[in-house]
Amino acid sequence: MNTQDLALRFSEVGNYEGYTFECQPIPGEVEVLQITVGDYEEIPCYLSITDTQILCISYLWTEDEVKAKSRTELLEEMLELNIPIPLSAFSKIGERYVMFGALSITSSFEDICHEITTLCENAIEAITALEEFLD
Amino acid sequence: MSILSKIMTAVRGGAREVGELVVDANGTRIFEQEIQDAKTHLNKAKHDLTDVMAKQMQAGRKVESLKKEVEEHEGYAGQALEKGNEELALEIAEKIATLEADLTEQEEVHKSFSTHANRLKDLVKKTERQIKEYERQLTMVKTTESVQKASAAITDNFSSSSSRILSAKDSLDRIKKRQQDNFDRLSAAEDLEAENSEKGLQDKMNAAGIGESAITASSVLDRIKAKKGG
Repeated sequence: MNTQDLALRFSEVGNYEGYTFECQPIPGEVEVLQITVGDYEEIPCYLSITDTQILCISYLWTEDEVKAKSRTELLEEMLELNIPIPLSAFSKIGERYVMFGALSITSSFEDICHEITTLCENAIEAITALEEFLD
Repeated sequence: MSILSKIMTAVRGGAREVGELVVDANGTRIFEQEIQDAKTHLNKAKHDLTDVMAKQMQAGRKVESLKKEVEEHEGYAGQALEKGNEELALEIAEKIATLEADLTEQEEVHKSFSTHANRLKDLVKKTERQIKEYERQLTMVKTTESVQKASAAITDNFSSSSSRILSAKDSLDRIKKRQQDNFDRLSAAEDLEAENSEKGLQDKMNAAGIGESAITASSVLDRIKAKKGG
């Protein structure tokens, strides 16, 4: 499955288990799809496909949003929460803290939909839980 | 240095072309070429192995047939002796000696093919493991690079679009507010519907003269009259 096929599927699906999707390709060296889920347009999910996996990433916050004095505590909390959070994990790309999920390249479209809706809800859940560490 | 340590160093250094930094300044293409070369090597080793195994089997068959021949001739020599034909027996014994010499030689050949085959089998296994290891490392490098490039594309898109990037808190506030709005709208609609259906029922009951009817001047007068009369 490549990003164009996926974009097409997302535009056709309309509704998946009560969620609606909006999908928009982002130009660049690597093909990326920006997918927003229903009411969560502020926290889109970015999907890219490598040789071996499908990566779904949502941006949480940037380094300068983190309260400096409780930064270590925040990082420890994130490590602790990594396992309980279903399907998604915390990570960091440059200055941005992210939540991501990786799927096998052979995953079905339904698996991808499930991953993305879960990722969005996890991201919101995580920001809510860790809000006290942010400015 | 492990591949992860190399990736870490490259990412810390803010590299965009992680592949080139990680794979000893060669880039992922050269790494891919190395994997391809290893695969070619593996195929050749497998081809050699089938060859050697075929020869091993041939030698094995020869050994078996020579053994059988020796056995047969030993039988013939015995029969010749039984018939008192010492001369023929000696001739057969000479034949047996030649056969045994052949047998020893073939056994040597068979043994050497077996050793060779085992060595090739080891080589195939080792090369296969090496290729898997290369591929695992390449996956890590390529994923890192892909994530960085995707991230760059996303950031470029952020800055080119007019929409401001919201902080996590602002995003959350907006999402929560929208959810609250939706919830409020929904419950308002529910209230309205409930009110409507209640009012409708009351109207119907009033019309049918059921339940508490409205207080009217005539009903008050009726009550007073009733009190006076009682």
